[in-house]
Amino acid sequence: MTTLDTAERDVVAKRPIRWHIAIFLLPAVLVYTAVMIIPLFDTLRLSLFRIVDGQSVFVGLDNFRTVFGDPLWAASFWNALRNNLVFFLIHMVVQNPIGIALAALLSLPVLRFRSFYRTAIFLPTILSFVIVGFVWKLILSPIWGIAPFLLDIVGMKAFFAPWLGRPGSALITVSLVSVWQNIGIPMMLIYAALLSIPDEVLEAAECDGVTGWSQFFKIKLPLILPTIGIVSILTFVGNFNAFDLIYTMQGAIAGPNYSTDILGTLLYRTFFGFQLQLGDPNMGAAIATAMFFIILAGVCLYLFVIQRRIRRYQF
Amino acid sequence: MNTTMKRMMLATAVAALSSGIAPAFAEDVTLTIESWRNDDLSIWQEKLIPAFEAKNPGIKVVFSPLAPTEYNAAINAKLDAGSAGDLITCRPFDLSLAMYQKGQLTAVDGLAGMENFSPVAKSAWQTDDGKTTFCVPMASVIHGFIYNKEAFEKLGIAVPTTEDEFFAALEKIKADGTYVPLAMGTKDQWEASTMGYQNIGPTYWRGEEGRLALIAGKQKLTDPEWVEPFATLAKWGPYMGDGFEAQTYPDSQNLFTLGRAAIYPAGSWEIAPFRAQATFEMGAFPPPVRKAGDECFISDHTDIGLGANAKSKHPEETKKFLEWVASPEFADLYSNALPGFFSLSSAPITLQDPVAQEFLSWRAKCKSTIRSNNQILSRGTPNLDTETWISSANVINGTETPQQAGERLQKGLDSWYKPAAQ
Repeated sequence: MTTLDTAERDVVAKRPIRWHIAIFLLPAVLVYTAVMIIPLFDTLRLSLFRIVDGQSVFVGLDNFRTVFGDPLWAASFWNALRNNLVFFLIHMVVQNPIGIALAALLSLPVLRFRSFYRTAIFLPTILSFVIVGFVWKLILSPIWGIAPFLLDIVGMKAFFAPWLGRPGSALITVSLVSVWQNIGIPMMLIYAALLSIPDEVLEAAECDGVTGWSQFFKIKLPLILPTIGIVSILTFVGNFNAFDLIYTMQGAIAGPNYSTDILGTLLYRTFFGFQLQLGDPNMGAAIATAMFFIILAGVCLYLFVIQRRIRRYQF
Repeated sequence: MNTTMKRMMLATAVAALSSGIAPAFAEDVTLTIESWRNDDLSIWQEKLIPAFEAKNPGIKVVFSPLAPTEYNAAINAKLDAGSAGDLITCRPFDLSLAMYQKGQLTAVDGLAGMENFSPVAKSAWQTDDGKTTFCVPMASVIHGFIYNKEAFEKLGIAVPTTEDEFFAALEKIKADGTYVPLAMGTKDQWEASTMGYQNIGPTYWRGEEGRLALIAGKQKLTDPEWVEPFATLAKWGPYMGDGFEAQTYPDSQNLFTLGRAAIYPAGSWEIAPFRAQATFEMGAFPPPVRKAGDECFISDHTDIGLGANAKSKHPEETKKFLEWVASPEFADLYSNALPGFFSLSSAPITLQDPVAQEFLSWRAKCKSTIRSNNQILSRGTPNLDTETWISSANVINGTETPQQAGERLQKGLDSWYKPAAQ
């Protein structure tokens, strides 16, 4: 081992620039720059311009002043942000706890048909959101849907409502469909974390009389906290970038009465236009930039405040 | 080897000969039509173009449609690059207006046959001052109600002509319970506005009179003419199917064609697909008037026009084709080939489809107008058309009062639109 190390160090001394690293990185860097970094900076640039009389003119932060200052623009932006927060909170409150619970159940050694459950619960995640959106729209349809039919069989038809069509329930319904689709991801990540807990630790806990629920809360949960942190930040980024499911279920107009409008759908309508409304790339870029900073702020908060306080254990 | 040589020489000779002779008869000119109507490809190829070519030897026409969703972007790019066809199918209002302002479309005012079109028909393809027209109007869609004739006969309901009769009929259908009275939902929101508000509204704001007054700033959306249709629309809710808030546009179509609903607030474009699916007999009636004897108004919305590419290499032939499109012959051929899309020509035409003919007959009885918010008023943000969808759906859902709807729409319009007259 040591001889190899010194040999390697000699090679480094002879050839200080290791070109192969740059060359191996080059394709990925080029592709990533072309499809991510350049568009990102171009979006930031675009948000500082405005079309005046057919000419693109630099207007500084004027577009942002419109988004946050103009009463009508601000109303739709804050509405979208509020809906987005609700969308995120529902995921945090419903998706992640259930995901942890499912993972805990799956990791129980006494459970039979484990791989079947694992596959079945993970399956919606690999389905296209278009399929998920349309299937749920059909299930919940008051006319042909299976939901009112099933409720009718058990005599609970009165509890059925056209949930997707009511401003009060549409956002919650869409969020729950999204939870249904995505629950496989926290489940799998946490399941993997649970499996990586060494048996010695659990055996030691059992020797000390820590079993069952208290074992989960006192031993397993602290050990999977870093994974829960990762799952939360993935949920956060995913939710604030969300667009597809709302678009397929409620349309670009995110009805009824904009009650399911989130930042992604607002950006889409502004940037590309909608029906008779012509697209406005500059204002769209301003909204996209605002989204970028919201996500950046959230990720920074996690990285610098939360992640540093999570205690990690090494075995 | 030898025979091949001979054949090749012969072929060359024939080719040389024919190319030498052809100019003497004037070469065939090929015109290309750009369009988004790829559904109509066979109609153009089999009916319309042969009719034109038979009369105009020496001109060949090619119909080359693009996907409807790509058309707007693609045609603009083609025009900018100078690679667009000779004839451009025109979307109504701002999209085509922008082409004309960029000098990409030729004015068609002097064209023979343009006198066949009323000012309303031309309004979608005119400059804001109404002085220049740049596309020949081709077709419009008319709003009204399609009903299930069997259901009406079974329940002994006469076709309603006034609003009171309309609601009495709805009440009777609801009391009977066999049929859903009105096949419409508010999930997709646009039907509430397009088939609801814009369908019954012209009777209240007196068609063009109100529409132009709104553009001129002489009327406001908070005026009774514009708020009352919302109030009437709000009364539709109880007659729509169970859970109409989550009922989509295809749901409503299926509900009606399966014979489970009695009345369908419609646009005439539904006629052909309904014909293909419904097994019962259908009828149609125009939006009911408020009191017996009132003047009736219909939304006869301009949808498709045809213009000439200013950079066309064959301006003469292009002009000839446009004149043919403006002729009564084209009006008749086109309207019959596509029941539900009515030629905008004022030349009398007869349609084979009785429901389509019924829709068309209202033009003679009632005054035509176009959707109130499509010209000029939908240029800014918030977009008046989209906001009208939302308010119409809200009013039916009962989450907004008619007054609130009017105020919200006017406030949005005021934020960017300054009428020229004031």
